[in-house]
Amino acid sequence: MRKRSLIPILYILFLMLPIYWLVAMSFKTTNEILSGFSLFPQTWTLENYRVIFTDPTWYWGYINSIIYVSLNTVISVLVALPAAYAFSRYRFLGDKQLFFWLLTNRMAPAAVFALPFFQLYSAVGLFDTHIAVALAHCLFNIPLAVWILEGFMGGVPKELDETAFVDGYSFPRFFTTIFLPNISAGVGVAAFFCFMFSWVELLLAKTLTAVEAKPIAATMTKTASSAGYELGLLAAAGTLTIIPGAIVIWFVRNYIAKGFALGRV
Amino acid sequence: MKTENQKAWFFVFPMLLLVAFNALIPMMTVVNYSVQETFGDNVFFWQGLDWFQQLLRSERFHAALGRQFLFTAIILVIQVPLGVIIALAMPRQGFWVPVCLVLMALPMLIPWNVVGAMWNIFTLPDIGLVGYFLNHTLGITYDMTQNPIAAWVTIVVMDVWHWTSLVVLLAYAGLVSIPDAYYQAARIDGASSWSVFRFIQLPKMKQVLTIAILLRFMDSFNIYTEPFVLTGGGPGNSTTLLSIDLVKIALGQFDLGPAAAMSLIYFAITLLVSWLFYTLMTRNDAK
Repeated sequence: MRKRSLIPILYILFLMLPIYWLVAMSFKTTNEILSGFSLFPQTWTLENYRVIFTDPTWYWGYINSIIYVSLNTVISVLVALPAAYAFSRYRFLGDKQLFFWLLTNRMAPAAVFALPFFQLYSAVGLFDTHIAVALAHCLFNIPLAVWILEGFMGGVPKELDETAFVDGYSFPRFFTTIFLPNISAGVGVAAFFCFMFSWVELLLAKTLTAVEAKPIAATMTKTASSAGYELGLLAAAGTLTIIPGAIVIWFVRNYIAKGFALGRV
Repeated sequence: MKTENQKAWFFVFPMLLLVAFNALIPMMTVVNYSVQETFGDNVFFWQGLDWFQQLLRSERFHAALGRQFLFTAIILVIQVPLGVIIALAMPRQGFWVPVCLVLMALPMLIPWNVVGAMWNIFTLPDIGLVGYFLNHTLGITYDMTQNPIAAWVTIVVMDVWHWTSLVVLLAYAGLVSIPDAYYQAARIDGASSWSVFRFIQLPKMKQVLTIAILLRFMDSFNIYTEPFVLTGGGPGNSTTLLSIDLVKIALGQFDLGPAAAMSLIYFAITLLVSWLFYTLMTRNDAK
């Protein structure tokens, strides 16, 4: 038993090393970084973080990202809920084909869509708005949310629906007061995944924004290329992008394995 | 048993509208470009299937496609067995389970360009942790801006770091769904740990592993941001994967026609392979 637990420990150590290096780098001064190798920061500095929290182009990057990610999560889950219910409870014309077509949207490389997306959202006058990125990320997040919710709904016996209807519940009332509480874990997991994939995606978010809605990750790439190579600042910004993910994941920790299995265990 | 009900389309409709807006219109734009030639100023000429024919004969495309398949194959061969081994060794209950799961999932929640930047900082020859360790402690010359092998090893290790946890979490979800009674029965029969794995754990994991392979195939085949930030496709063209090449053609050279044709072929390949996996998966569902 002892020897076996060594494998996950080593694996987690391997996962943590680059993260440690990023965090350590963010507390070093530019001088220390460029002067050579040091395992721990010799002179701790919060200067890199101070720059980020006082410069609007930096901290607005975070606010922009949070805004479009939240918008996307809400839209995706709201739209996916009834669709997932339909897939889980009914047979209808073209249901299987539709389900596979949904899946294909997760396969399209974002690189394929970058330029057409730019033209589409410019044409409808949404370029450089938060809602544009939120809508664009629906392309891969709605199918994912439908998949996960359908998996979780499949675990709720159909007798529940039938009994409620016999008892005289209207559909909206049944859905919100009885059905939703039964799949609340699924809703949480779906929301988590929408948050996650919208948060980590950059190519489309960068293509669809210029100034007003520019995501933090795009601010980072711009800094890396324009203002010389400020590694400390880059590391601090990178460290701060890990935190939202770490917070939301804690809320779904008990369901995360089932969620990654798309509710199909 | 599901009931037949065409009204279900009303439930599906809002979702369909949103996804179709994002999927069909850009796709039509791509198809449109792929059969035309443009010299700017929004003037287009009919080109027929020339771009497709050129592309399918182009050395550059073959090379990028070859690198892409090689990358995806390496990724699947490493990540799937490794993920299963780690999942098997994980504790089944207790305080450490959520801690393990959260720590393992962390790399997947980091924005992809940050992953690239992070590995760049991590592997810098003189000031990165790994770069310094290899060059100065072990005395191995390691510089991925010069050496293609080093660049390949680095992007592979980076992807193993980034995504192996997906396989671990999926396999783990399959494992914890096995009732204890199965193991007790196996113990009574005196089954070896290999036969427990082969006849109890593996069959139970089959479905989740199909999902894992499907997701890992799609994502590694479409990978762009991380290797682009880390190596920029270099040294030379040695790590120019398909999507990196595509963006070079589309945005770098602004050759819209060839880029669009390439997009469609790219998409078709992803679709074909994923469809194979999907049919496998739904066949398992039906059982």
